[in-house]
Amino acid sequence: MNEKQAVKKEPFLRLSRRDDLPFLKSCGIRLIAVLLALVLCGILLFFLTKENAFSVYRTMLYGALGSSRKIWVTVRETMFLLGVAVALTPAFKMKFWNIGAEGQMLAGAIATSAVMIYGANLPAPVLMICMIGASILAGLVWGFGPAVCKAKWNTNETLFTLMMNYIAIQFASFFSVFWEAVKGSGTIGVINKRSKAGWLPTDFLSGIFGRYNFAIITLIVLALLIFVHVYMKYSKQGFEISVVGESTNTARYAGMKVKKVIVRTMLLSSALAGLMGFLIVSGSSHTVSTTTGGSRGFTAIIVAWLANFNPVVMLIISFFLCVLGQGASQIATDYNLNESASDVVCGIVLFFILACELFARYRVIVRGRKEDAE
Amino acid sequence: MKKWMSILVTVVMLCGLLAGCGSSDGKKSDTAATTEGNTAEAVADSDIKVGFIFIGDENDGYTYAFYKGVQEMQKEYGLTDDQISIKWNVGENEDCYEAACDLADEGCNIIFANSFGHEDYMMQAAEQYPDVEFCHATGNQAAESGLDNMHNYYVAVEESRYVSGVVAGYKLNEMIADGTITEDEAVIGYVGAYAYAQVISGYDAFYLGVKSVCPSATMKVKYTGSWGDQSAEYDVAKALIEEENCVIISQHSNTTGPASACEELGAYVVGYNISMTDTAPNAALTSASLDWGPYMSYAVGCVLNGESIDADWCKGYPDGACMITDINKNAFSEETYSELTTKVDEVEKALTDDTMEVFDTSTFTVDGKQLDESYEDSKGNKPIWDGAYHESYFFSAPDVTFIVDGITELNQVV
Repeated sequence: MNEKQAVKKEPFLRLSRRDDLPFLKSCGIRLIAVLLALVLCGILLFFLTKENAFSVYRTMLYGALGSSRKIWVTVRETMFLLGVAVALTPAFKMKFWNIGAEGQMLAGAIATSAVMIYGANLPAPVLMICMIGASILAGLVWGFGPAVCKAKWNTNETLFTLMMNYIAIQFASFFSVFWEAVKGSGTIGVINKRSKAGWLPTDFLSGIFGRYNFAIITLIVLALLIFVHVYMKYSKQGFEISVVGESTNTARYAGMKVKKVIVRTMLLSSALAGLMGFLIVSGSSHTVSTTTGGSRGFTAIIVAWLANFNPVVMLIISFFLCVLGQGASQIATDYNLNESASDVVCGIVLFFILACELFARYRVIVRGRKEDAE
Repeated sequence: MKKWMSILVTVVMLCGLLAGCGSSDGKKSDTAATTEGNTAEAVADSDIKVGFIFIGDENDGYTYAFYKGVQEMQKEYGLTDDQISIKWNVGENEDCYEAACDLADEGCNIIFANSFGHEDYMMQAAEQYPDVEFCHATGNQAAESGLDNMHNYYVAVEESRYVSGVVAGYKLNEMIADGTITEDEAVIGYVGAYAYAQVISGYDAFYLGVKSVCPSATMKVKYTGSWGDQSAEYDVAKALIEEENCVIISQHSNTTGPASACEELGAYVVGYNISMTDTAPNAALTSASLDWGPYMSYAVGCVLNGESIDADWCKGYPDGACMITDINKNAFSEETYSELTTKVDEVEKALTDDTMEVFDTSTFTVDGKQLDESYEDSKGNKPIWDGAYHESYFFSAPDVTFIVDGITELNQVV
């Protein structure tokens, strides 16, 4: 009787944290999630396109990796996303919720464009250095406020960094009009389209990488990835960050200057995000608008979290998301769907991946079953 | 440990995708390989592939008009759906460049783009693919770009505007005749997107059309600062009706906002692109409309015949690129309606036969003065001769920046 009551009080489903999930099982869970997502998308796409799901997925792969140009574009997008995720890493490790990467990146992009426009006649290396400097500086400015306020008055950094995004977007829309190419058009158009001053070359080592490549961007982002990884893992400052992230009291007890660590780390994070703004403008868009950031500042949060800040996993997840995105827009073109269809596909897959993390990290226990039943 | 699990999972996922997709042989990726050699020589009907880059999709009136043109062109040459490739919702940024390159890589012989901000990116792609023709609507850089395969096109929409203005003028006359308004109260409101040549050219032409039949008419222009913002257009139209006592509203913007405002507040409306009779069964008079089909057919025809495409193309009534939508019978008395249709036919015929000019300099003044042949456009050309301003003569994009007397701008947007 007593036992029965106890069983009744127990909720129908409950979760318990998994301590160590067997390797195969964890793979299984994630694999099932992705398969389910693909099946669901397949069904949806079948109804929309009347094509079998395999040929639709084949089109997706073709869209992302079907030619050397497509591969490079996908790699470029991957690098942009990865770069922002890398920029977020130090702050997030410290449990400083910087959701302002979008704004920091946009600020960097605006600063880069300003240098490109006003410094078009500078010698190329000087121009490049000025652009990089300006983008980092702009990122720093965008990160400084939230960092200092957090360190001094323990303000909520989530709200502050979020607000800074909107300020950056307003600046971007102001400058798209201020620098507009034709009165009334509201767009800047391609900056320095004749002289290509301040453009990162796309024929770098063309013997190795092909006539059209984004090798420079790739190398820079991979270098940042390694740098941040080493910094976090092997430097004293990196260690301080993880201690502050775990507990500020412990950090203080160990004699660390917590405020300094907070400000320094956030500045590093925002400077890197600003630098990504430089890479996007100089390496790819050659212009700036409110959509230059492309929400990467937010998607990168998902990337960093899913990967648990592991650099290799971040790379893989970024790549997967970009393949998905590029592929989905190919379906939209080939099957005459509009762009929203590709958003739906990406949304479904992301949802399943995120949801499966619940099952990977927790065990679902059905009422009445034994807790150790596997 | 955990890291490696995640890596493995992701790799497995990707492999699964690749394997699953590789197994079934479809047709899509083959297109990339088949049509490689695009030369200036003639291309067979069955080989040609046409690409399109659109700023929006069918839900937006502006892009919808282009899509209608695509369908006309496709029908004319009997092209299959596989020979048409459309990229929808392409922003005015590097996406446009990628889209153009993608289409070229897929084997398109000719690629059209439809938004002003696409031009730079189209030129960038045109430079890279000298064998592919690039056609850009509303732009103005093709002729001076030095690229043989870069072209601008536009439709002489000022002609449609003028004719729709005649319709509005008849309505004003009818209202004056039956005593609803006095001659001085014949005020028209105009909802514009931006103070941009395309818009100014359009409302000047519209106003000249109105004035040709109702000389006492005046017009007030208010800008929304957006090409397609339903609620802003509604609000601006409402303000024009309620605060400025405008009795007819016209628009250069893409939504039905002004039509809804007019239907609600008892004003009349002359729409743009599409007929407004569904939204405003009582208030709609007609809409200035255009057809991109003639250009698309022309340009694709050039590729098929191995001919070169004009750097600038801008045609109107003579080529069937301009029109107004059906005049709404409900909005006129029977008598006015029959007079009006005769007059519209007459004007349309004159425009088709090229016996009249929209910008006849004897019909308007600017700052109290008639324009003369010394007038220079934005590129230093002299477009006035034989007593008329020749819009889109030197390059296809509209270039009117003068505002005809009788029109007042109520606000400025940047």
